Amino acid sequence: MRFWRKVIAIAWKDTLSEVRTKETVSSVLVFTLLVIVIFNFAFGTSQETMVLVAPGILWVTFAFAGVLSLNRSFILEKEEGCLEGLMVCPISRETIYVGKLLGSLLFMLVIEAIALPIFAFLFNLVLSLQLVVITVLATVGFVTVGTLFSALAVNTRAREMVLPILFLPIVVPVIICAVKASGLALSGEPWGSLSSWLQIIVAFDAIFLVVSFLVFAFVIEE
Amino acid sequence: MEGLNSASRAWAIQVQGLTKSLGSHLTLRGIDLEVRQGEFVVIFGPNGAGKTTLIKVLATIMNPSSGRVLVDGLNLKNDAEEIRRRIGVVTHQTFLYSNLTAYENLEFYCRMYDVPRGKERIDEVVAIVGMTSRLYDRVGTLSRGMQQRLSIARSLLHKPAIMLLDEPETGLDQQAISMLREALQTEREGKRTIILTTHSLERGLELGDRLLILDKGKIVYEGSRQALDLAGLKQAYQHSTRVGA
Repeated sequence: MRFWRKVIAIAWKDTLSEVRTKETVSSVLVFTLLVIVIFNFAFGTSQETMVLVAPGILWVTFAFAGVLSLNRSFILEKEEGCLEGLMVCPISRETIYVGKLLGSLLFMLVIEAIALPIFAFLFNLVLSLQLVVITVLATVGFVTVGTLFSALAVNTRAREMVLPILFLPIVVPVIICAVKASGLALSGEPWGSLSSWLQIIVAFDAIFLVVSFLVFAFVIEE
Repeated sequence: MEGLNSASRAWAIQVQGLTKSLGSHLTLRGIDLEVRQGEFVVIFGPNGAGKTTLIKVLATIMNPSSGRVLVDGLNLKNDAEEIRRRIGVVTHQTFLYSNLTAYENLEFYCRMYDVPRGKERIDEVVAIVGMTSRLYDRVGTLSRGMQQRLSIARSLLHKPAIMLLDEPETGLDQQAISMLREALQTEREGKRTIILTTHSLERGLELGDRLLILDKGKIVYEGSRQALDLAGLKQAYQHSTRVGA
């Protein structure tokens, strides 16, 4: 219980800080909407084309928006000199990891909650429960890996460049599964046909959550 | 075994053969240090001497490469979390979030340290550092000196037995330095163990019970305040750092 109280305190602190400045949310949201609008114009109005390209556009957009937002997760702590402040608190390193993960997850889900209806509207697609579930599961995988690599990248000189180089190759399986599952969902396929892709995403989430939880202390301490 | 435990309890900090490598550079080269409970130890040294690294190791921010470190009788390797509960850390970085108010920052750290009756304790510590009137201002709007006062308040929230202060006066004006000195004197009366690193020989001599000079990762001089005046300390500093060079 004490663990979760502290996790929530860290996530709340990040959220409150972002609500005050709106620095990251505004830049990520503008980027996300811009990409969706540009691709919408590029691919015209043919419904067949839209269903074909929409999953790829959606996940390219979310992947890069994820890099933008995850980059800020630890950079802000570092820039304000607060990372060491967290490290001298009587909490485990894992508490810091889960707290930052929760804050980033909340942030990404807010961006997606705004972007998804606009995406569905512009591409004339139905926003189904399936697409929402796929988005949430894939985002958990994104943020799980991204939070770990964000902590790793923050101690490097070219920190803004290091995260995408490390992060994107690792999350490729999630992106591929999310694209495939989203394609099926947008084509109106039933849950059964999506299940194999969803299972891979869930397995990825679980594996990387455990691995990240275990190695985070080594990443942040040196 | 009981004898060893009670002996450990008499010491706030025991360091034996501490080394720390940062990349290929050996920053700490076999530090041996014992600090009694309630003692005020001041560490001087030129830039790059290893003062900050030593404080970071004692504060559990960095792991030692080798050696044995006991803080309040607890082993750094096994009991880091419990050690953090017993230490307060102030550096030239304030560990405060500029977009949150002073109160929100202190409330956050109260939660991190499980401080009971957090609101009352926040009122107490901001009164100590004279920041009551700015409690609900965002930290980003406060001057450097005020932020550092708030940082001291943050470090006192959980009533730590040991204070680690790494050049806390960096960037402070004369008034803020005076306030910091007063706060440290008050804390000293509270029988807290304090380790302070500073470049200011005058201030260190004024505050410390024991004075150490660190150079190139080694303690090259050790003396008590009673045995030294400022001229003697300056001479010792110049001699020690020149010999080490």
